[in-house]
Parts: sequence; structure tokens; C-alpha cells
Amino acid sequence: MSEIVLETRHVTRDYHVSGGLFRKEKIIRAVKDANFKLEKGKTLAIVGESGSGKSTLARILTLIDPATSGELLIEGQPVDISKGLSKEMRRKVQIIFQNPYGSLNPRQKIGDVLAEPLLINTSMPAAERREKAMQMLLKVGLGPEHFNRYPHMFSGGQRQRIAIARALMLNPKLLVLDEPVSALDLSVQAQILNLLADLQDEFGLTYVFISHDLSVVRYIADEVMVMYLGEVVEYGTRDAVFDNPQHSYTKTLFAATPKSDVESIRARLARKRAAA
Amino acid sequence: MALLEIENLSVGFDTSAGLFMAVQGIDMSVDSREVLAIVGESGSGKSVAMLAVMGLLPNTATVTADRMTFEGRDLLNMSGSDRRKIIGKDIAMIFQEPVASLNPCFTVGFQITETLRQHTNLGKKQRRERAIELLHLVGINDAAERLGAYPHQMSGGQCQRVMIAIAIACNPKLLIADEPTTALDVTIQKQILDLLIKLQERHGMGLIMITHDMGVVAETADRVVVQYKGRKMEEADVLTLFENPKSAYTRALLSALPENATGDRLPTVSDFHMEGSA
Amino acid sequence: MTETATTSAAKAPPTKTNQPNPRWAGLAEFWHYFSMNKGAVLGLVVFILLVLVAIFAPLIAPHSPDQQYRDAILVPPVWQDGGNPAFLLGTDPVGRDILSRLIHGARYSLFIGFFVVTGALVVGVTLGVLAGYFRGWVDVVIMRVMDIILAFPSLLLALVLVAILGPGLFNAMIAIALVLQPHFARLTRAAVMAESNREYVTASRVSGAGHFRLMMRTILPNCLAPLIVQATLSFSNAILEAAALGFLGMGAQPPTPEWGTMLASAREFIMRAPWVVTFPGLAILITVLAINLVGDGLRDALDPKLKRS
Repeated sequence: MSEIVLETRHVTRDYHVSGGLFRKEKIIRAVKDANFKLEKGKTLAIVGESGSGKSTLARILTLIDPATSGELLIEGQPVDISKGLSKEMRRKVQIIFQNPYGSLNPRQKIGDVLAEPLLINTSMPAAERREKAMQMLLKVGLGPEHFNRYPHMFSGGQRQRIAIARALMLNPKLLVLDEPVSALDLSVQAQILNLLADLQDEFGLTYVFISHDLSVVRYIADEVMVMYLGEVVEYGTRDAVFDNPQHSYTKTLFAATPKSDVESIRARLARKRAAA
Repeated sequence: MALLEIENLSVGFDTSAGLFMAVQGIDMSVDSREVLAIVGESGSGKSVAMLAVMGLLPNTATVTADRMTFEGRDLLNMSGSDRRKIIGKDIAMIFQEPVASLNPCFTVGFQITETLRQHTNLGKKQRRERAIELLHLVGINDAAERLGAYPHQMSGGQCQRVMIAIAIACNPKLLIADEPTTALDVTIQKQILDLLIKLQERHGMGLIMITHDMGVVAETADRVVVQYKGRKMEEADVLTLFENPKSAYTRALLSALPENATGDRLPTVSDFHMEGSA
Repeated sequence: MTETATTSAAKAPPTKTNQPNPRWAGLAEFWHYFSMNKGAVLGLVVFILLVLVAIFAPLIAPHSPDQQYRDAILVPPVWQDGGNPAFLLGTDPVGRDILSRLIHGARYSLFIGFFVVTGALVVGVTLGVLAGYFRGWVDVVIMRVMDIILAFPSLLLALVLVAILGPGLFNAMIAIALVLQPHFARLTRAAVMAESNREYVTASRVSGAGHFRLMMRTILPNCLAPLIVQATLSFSNAILEAAALGFLGMGAQPPTPEWGTMLASAREFIMRAPWVVTFPGLAILITVLAINLVGDGLRDALDPKLKRS
């Protein structure tokens, strides 16, 4: 059996909304009792709409926010960031955000963006850091002439490549991708998905891929988890979930996704002609 | 006679890096009772072209066209006051970010009645009744209470419904929807698209649907125009476009859809991208 | 199928692969927006002239600022009768050439502006960053102190401080810097709070960056635009406050040719010899106006929301 890279047991996250002077404090349960296991080299897709808790869960998995209760195990070791985070644990999980236009520091050159994780976490000399940053830049498909440029000179797709490169600088085991292609054009989306697939094979990465786009999920996921209002309503292999959805919300989600195949178009036009 | 006719429309922007042509030589026409989808990626100029029609571009933009008419009337050289009589009344537009497109300082009811006040002669009580009627039409149930709500108190889907209510308040002949569901969840998207089509059929409006999502095109359009970097690549009816696309760009776009993927890698539109982009 | 650019200058903005040097390109774009405001460009020209005058003061000024000509007391400007071409703008009650004093006074005014703004900036920004980044009780304590300072009329507070520290230009500058720094603190705090939630800050945090690096290297460089504008406006404020203190006798002491001090010693001559009062006043007015125009232009050019295309 393959190594389990990520495991959650009853992970819950509450937010306290203070009522101010006159109202009682409200507790919002953003994530309720999330349980799953993820093997090395696989991709888990988390599907949900806004308010489903998927981004909150992403922040917990990336060790940005602590869970209110429950256990989080990375490579078999329990992690609790409220008790402190070791440097090696910090290196194991990295994140890629949805918005390519917000995730890069506008005042930092790309070369520095890539070298920064090495500067913070290792004692590599500057020349070696630069070398490694350049290598990673080439690996994600950009050129050496891009090294000294600022983020605003790049398109959305290029910025996501840079974000991916930055995430990989510390050789993480687990990559959390929070809707990485949702803000990109269709053609660019395809290139980024190909790049992610290649990198997963090359580095043996495990992905937690958050998306609301079912067609993308169907393409890249090994396992699928559907979230609704903080709860996991469906969890299984990709084929099981897509061929035989159990929960009513999953079925609603599938029904709502626009179908772009020729047969559906024909059927719609026929309905329209009949009604006219 | 077509409702909206555009011939050789070009829009240029005066930027610090020189003149930038956002739209170059676009032709299109829309009839009443027809749904035209304009598909393109970012930078294709699809929104800019429609903003030019509405006269909503900033001063740094230069709009030129051989012909840009609405019901035979020339839009290009129309005076500001004449244009204001048409915009909002006969041609209406809804935008991508519903919460941001509504004025956060005013209630929803005020914003709906504002349009009515501008374009009709209805009295105050009649405007309020019409506003309630419109909210019912767009599927907001507790309409009378909702009149006093502010945009930040409503969800994205509800705000978009309000925007649609404002747009159809004066029974426009043409409705332009600029990526109306891009910022919304998939289940809400379906409801909003169904609503738009229902209203379009009921009032016999022409509907221009601007989108980058081929799925939305498949589910709503009668005819499709494909744009790329400011130029028109292809125009066809929806079935022909999906079954038998003529332009290489359209073919590449359709094959990049994940559901059309065969095998491990997705084909990409790489021969259409210039030096060093994504 | 290839794209043909309509004009040689037309380029799709996102991909600029033949960019000569990224830093110059940013400056060029900034100048493009700045120069759209004619007043700002005029203000900049005047300011640059002023700086040159201050630098080359000993070479430009016809006389020494302290030289008293006993036989040329209260000589009117050259275009009035009784005027003397040796003293273009006339002389003051003890026979010193006003033009030379004004020219040397420029040095003091610019020095005051620069010193005060630097001091206020460093202290204010530091406090603002700490308050905006850490929030909680640090924020509360710092901001309440700032509120207390802001609650006093600025001139009064400066007077009190100078009374404690003793009169003199240096103490006056410290007092004014203290009075101006809450503006910087507030501005920085607001900008830091807004930027702290951006994703690139989270990304740096996930890379393992500690507090100091996040504050100074990641967040602060992105908060500079409003600070630059505030610094420009504080420059003119500082000059005015120093002039006011000088006028009240609590700032630069005579015979220093600081413009405000010149005004103070000329109070009684407003009716008899108006030129002694008018020219220092005009000098202050023109300088402050020029700096304010530049500040307006900077704000328009640096504010991303006003980007027109």
C-alpha cells in the first residue's frame, strides 16, 4: 500500500463572530468533521461552491490556520500549528492561490520571488539560490529573460506558472491548489493543467485540488470530495462519484453544470422549436 | 431589419505605451427574439465592443465604425442626451460583478425606481408597484420586504436578479449581458441563465450574451460570434459551431475543453499565442 | 494566421518581452501620468529652481546675508523711488540686503522641510507598521497616543515643546516632526492593514517568512504611494510651521535669515516699509504652493484607481 501523505480525522473549524456590545457572540462552523486520507502521487479534488468551507479547509491543510478540533497528519506525523511549526514541517506543504494577480508581490522581481523561500529556510549562498531559482523558472516553461522582471509584466497564466515554481522551491510533498485555473482563460487553463500533471509525475507530488469546475475535476482527479455548507457530503473515487452520485447536492451540482456537447444543443434547439 | 447592426467597429485606447487597439474591424448584427453569444478569452475585446455601443467607454477611447445603428438610428454620432433616452430604456446592460455593480449606499428598491423615474412618467406609487412586479418576475419572492434591502445584505445571485430587474424595467428591446454568471456559483448560474432565457422569450428581446464559457454558449445561444484579440474569428449558428467549426481558433478552443480531452494531455491553443505568453 | 499590429507602437500590454529595463519603464509610465497635470509640472520646475538656488546660494546672492550696511537702512526695492540697484529687493531695518537673505533663507527652509519630513516619516511609519501588522493591544496603545497628539492644535503643541526644549531652529524642527508624525502613522497603519490580507503576504508566510521580513520587505514597499504624497504635503506644512514658530520668536533666532524669522523682525514695518514683510511672505507662499502642486500631481499619478487606460 502506498504511503499516506495526508490524513485528517474529524477536523473542524469554527469562527467566532463577535456580537459587539449588544449581541451575543455567534459561532460559525466553517468546516464540520472532515475525514479523508490521501496517498502519495494522487490528486484529491475538493468540489464545492462558495460557503462550502473548501477554502477554509485549504488553509488548514496548508498550515496557515489551525483547526479548532480534530487531527491533521502529514506523512504520518500529527501537526498542530497552535503549538508551533517546525521548519521541516513548514516545507512539506505549499499552496497555490486562485488569483494570479494577487499572489505575487508587485514590488518584487520574479527572480527574488523564487529565491525568497530558499533565503528564508536555507543557508545557501546567493549564487546557488539564483541558480536554483533559474532552474525552476525554466522548468515551469518560462525563459531566463523573465528572471529580472516584475509581476505586472506577465499574463495571468504566466503568473500562475511563477506561483507554481515558487511553491516547488522547497521541495514540498503536498501541494494545495485553491482553484488555480478558475481565473484563467480556457486555452491557458489547458497549458497549466498539463504543466501540473507533468510536475506531479516528475516530483512525485500529491495534490489537493480545489475547484468548482466539474469538467476540470473529472479530468484531473483520482478522488473526489464534495463539500456543502462545511460538511463532506460525498467522498469517493472519481469514477464512483461521477457515475453514481449518492447525495442530492452532488446530483444538483451535476445537473447544473452546463453541457457543451452537440447532443444537448440539438435537444435544446428542438425544445425551443417545439415551444415556438 | 436587424435590431443592432455593427460594421467595421474599431476601438482604440490611448495608453502610456502608445495606441492600443482593443477592437479591430468587428461586424455583427442582432435581431429581436434572438440570442447572440460573443465568445472570447480575456483581451478579445468582447466587452469593449458592447461598451462602445452603449457609449460607456472613457474619454481615452476612440470609437470608429462604418455603421453602428440601433433600429436604424445611428449610435455613433448620436448626441449625449439622445443616447441617454435610449440607454436603459431600449438597450439595457447587466454586468459581471453583481454586488459591485449596485450602488452600496442606496436600497435596491431605490435603484429600480430610479430607472423608472428616468424613463417613464409613472407616479411614485405606480413605480413602487412596478418594482415589486419586477422583483417577482426575476424570482425574488418576498419582494415588498426586499425593496428596502441594501446590496451588501443580499447574496451574489440575488444581486444579479436585481440587476436584471433594473435592466428589464422599461421593457428593453435589446439586453446585453456581460459575463453575468462568471462570478456566481454553478447552481446559481443555472438559475440566472434560465431566468434570462425565460425573460428573453417572454418579452421577445434580443439578447447578447458575452461569455468566455463554452458551456454557457451551448446552453443559451442561437448564434455565436468568436473573438480573439479584438478581431472576429468566426460567426455561425450554435450547432454548426460545435459540430463543424471552421476557424482553427474555434477548433482549438473546443478541443481545450476538459470534457473533450482524449488521453493524458490537453491540446492547447499554442499556435495562437505570441512570444512568451502563458 | 498572424497578427499585424495596426501601428508600430501598438502592443498587447500583458506580454512585453522586449522591455529594455523594467525600472525605467515604470518611471516612464509614472512621468506620462504626472505630466498630464500641468500645474504639477510647473510646481516641479519651481521646486527644482528653488533647490538650485539653495545649493548655489553663496554664488548667486549679491551680498552676504549678515552684512549690515549702516548707510542703507530700509532702502526700498529698485523699482520704487529711493531704490538702489545694489539692493534689488531693498534692505531691512539694519541694512541687510533682502534678496541675499531670501536666497540664503531658501537653504534653511529646504533643510527644515527635509529634516522634519524625514524624522516624522521614520518615526510615524515605524509606529504605523507595528500598529497595522500586530493589531491587538499594540495597535490600541499606539493609536491612542497618536490621537492624543492629534487632539492638540499643532502650533500650540510645537510651542509647548519648544518652551520645554528651549527656543532655536533645531528644537523647533524636533517639535514640528513630532506633531506631524501621527499623520504618517495613521496612513501607514491603514495601508498595512489593507495589504496584510493580500495573498502574496500569505504566500510569503507560507514560505516561512518571519514577522520582521513580512513587515519590512513584503508589506511596507507596497504601501509607499500614499506615504510619498503625504511626505510632499508635510514638506510644505513643515515650512509653514517653522515660519510660524520663527514669527513667534520661538524658532530660528535672529540673525538667521529664515523666512519666518524675517517676517517676525519686520512686523512693525508693515505700514512704513511693506517690502520687508512682503518678500519673505511671497517666498513662503510660492514655495508652499509649488510643493502642494507637486503633491497633487504625485497623488494623481500614483493612485492606481485613477489609472485611466
